[in-house]
Amino acid sequence: MSAILKAPLTVEFPFTRSLGPVQSAFLTGLRERVVLGVRTGDGRVLVPPVEYDPVTAEEIRDLVEVAPTGTVTTWAWNHEPRRGQPLDRPFAWVLVRLDGADTALLHALDAPGPDAVRTGMRVRVRWAEERSGAITDIACFEPYDGEPAEPAGHGGAFDDAVTGIVAAARLDYTYSPGRAQTGYIEALGDRRIVGERCPICRKVYVPPRGACPTCGVATEERVEVGPAGTVTTFCIVNIKAKNLDIEVPYVYAHIALDGAGLALHGRIAGIPYDRVRMGLRVEPVWTEGARYPDHYRPTGEPDADYDTYKELL
Amino acid sequence: MTREEAPGDRDIAVVAFAQTDHRRTSEELSEVEMLMPVLHEVMASTGLKTADIDFTCSGSSDYLAGRAFSFTLALDGVGAWPPISESHVEMDGAWALYEAWVKLRTGDADTALVYSYGKSSPGSVRDVLTRQLDPYYLAPLWPDSVALAALQAQALIDTGATDEPALAAIGARSRADAAANPHAQLRGSVPQGEYLVRPLRTGDCPPIGDGAAAVVLAAGERARELCDRPAWIRGIDHRVEAHGIGVRDLTDSPSTRIAAERAGVHERPVDTAELHAPFSSQEVILRKVLGLDESVCVNPSGGASAANPIMAAGLIRIGEAAARIHRGESDRALAHATSGPCLQQNLVAVLEGDPR
Ligand SMILES: [Zn+2]
Repeated sequence: MSAILKAPLTVEFPFTRSLGPVQSAFLTGLRERVVLGVRTGDGRVLVPPVEYDPVTAEEIRDLVEVAPTGTVTTWAWNHEPRRGQPLDRPFAWVLVRLDGADTALLHALDAPGPDAVRTGMRVRVRWAEERSGAITDIACFEPYDGEPAEPAGHGGAFDDAVTGIVAAARLDYTYSPGRAQTGYIEALGDRRIVGERCPICRKVYVPPRGACPTCGVATEERVEVGPAGTVTTFCIVNIKAKNLDIEVPYVYAHIALDGAGLALHGRIAGIPYDRVRMGLRVEPVWTEGARYPDHYRPTGEPDADYDTYKELL
Repeated sequence: MTREEAPGDRDIAVVAFAQTDHRRTSEELSEVEMLMPVLHEVMASTGLKTADIDFTCSGSSDYLAGRAFSFTLALDGVGAWPPISESHVEMDGAWALYEAWVKLRTGDADTALVYSYGKSSPGSVRDVLTRQLDPYYLAPLWPDSVALAALQAQALIDTGATDEPALAAIGARSRADAAANPHAQLRGSVPQGEYLVRPLRTGDCPPIGDGAAAVVLAAGERARELCDRPAWIRGIDHRVEAHGIGVRDLTDSPSTRIAAERAGVHERPVDTAELHAPFSSQEVILRKVLGLDESVCVNPSGGASAANPIMAAGLIRIGEAAARIHRGESDRALAHATSGPCLQQNLVAVLEGDPR
């Protein structure tokens, strides 16, 4: 068997997220160089703030300003920063309890090396030059040996508050389709369509996924199907899809290739859309350099008998 | 309801367990191709056919392989036609087992198949796991799973509860024990290695790998028919911590403590504990909150230090504990599974064999 196919796969997702009143105040505050916490019913101040007390589940929104200076409660030296992390040179991850807060905030500490970091050390916020209302408005923390800063007592009300963030993410993968689908894709390269036959129920799956979903066993016997097939059912598409250069209306159909145990789908062309019918015999049309059939067209044969494809609907 | 026993009193047991050999990569296999042999093995060991299974529940995560709804394709390996009763959790399979246990307790089902799988090899698992974090305050900073565990380890070292050599000894002991586990990814003597994120070295961190596991649960007499010595689930419970990392005391695990109490861990001593501690420092915390002393055999399989297929490693802890009862090597075992950063969510089960 030839080598398993592999290809880079990048998944990117820019989630747009709404902020409630507490998160909005906190992130707007960062934009304005103000750090806000929220006071719980028993008087503790949580920074970063949350909307519900983690102990009592009570809604909380009593905002209180804390200092941009604080104490490291624990740390970890990161000698090899990864993509997206706050600093691109070695740094310490730190949990920092800001002066006036009872809980700790996670961020990066800019320090020359691990010997310069310890639990209990004093640090202060280094603000990003450009701030938009995001946790990254804190560029990082830096060592600080002065007095605790005195917060001005900001109450958390801002003009032009940030109400949402875009949480962009990107993950990189190497996609491999596995044994069965590799065989299918390679055969397509030779303009052949192959399925796999279930050893128990003898059904031929196209495209093969390596297992028979009815019998729950591996399918390994490779079977060439088609090239011609029969339209088992179809629909007429009347709305043009974005970035798709096909005139509407057109027909999208389920096509049972000869020898296949289930239908795959494809577009029908070479016949007026209103003359496509169940039982129509079709064959694939490959365009130059294509890696799969562009569409299917009538073969000119008589229509297939209903009984020959009724199990494949 | 025609049964004489009240559904809530039904005894449920793990009657079979199977797992893959865990490997750094299984790129030649699709997820269902990796999973299917395990499903066949666990079914064959009970003699059950798909049609005999009343309920199927699985655990996996699309983020690992970067594919949407990947669990639906994995269902091909189960044989889901004619239609079956099925459910899925986007969590470790231990939580799928919990759902199946509830289903059996209600009396709606007598048998259940639980499976889970994870292929970490297509992506970068340290980056992938950042996507499970709070999207407002944490995820934009991309703190990876090792970094968060390292913060927890340093906090623990600061309390004096452990130090770097003691942590190294945990990893070394686990991998030495794994020498007897043919499925483990890292076995025998493995160098402690360099710092990944200080204070954690390679040897303190779990291997990254692909793998799958499956168990069969059965109720009451059905369990006795299917297994010579069923591993009865005497108690099972799971709890979660506050999601804010900085709200928690990272050196403690109150959720594990409560889950253990509710599962009845302390009613009688256990002889075996399979702990899902991907990082060596987490074993220190779990031993403390579970009150395990030196008399308890901890992670004879090698634990997550030897193989940590994400989404399956917790279910494997339950399976390994059950298998020791099946083999007569344990009479009362504790199994623990975790999920999320720094032991955020914890499940504890107590398994027992019939008296000998
Ligand atoms: Zn079949």
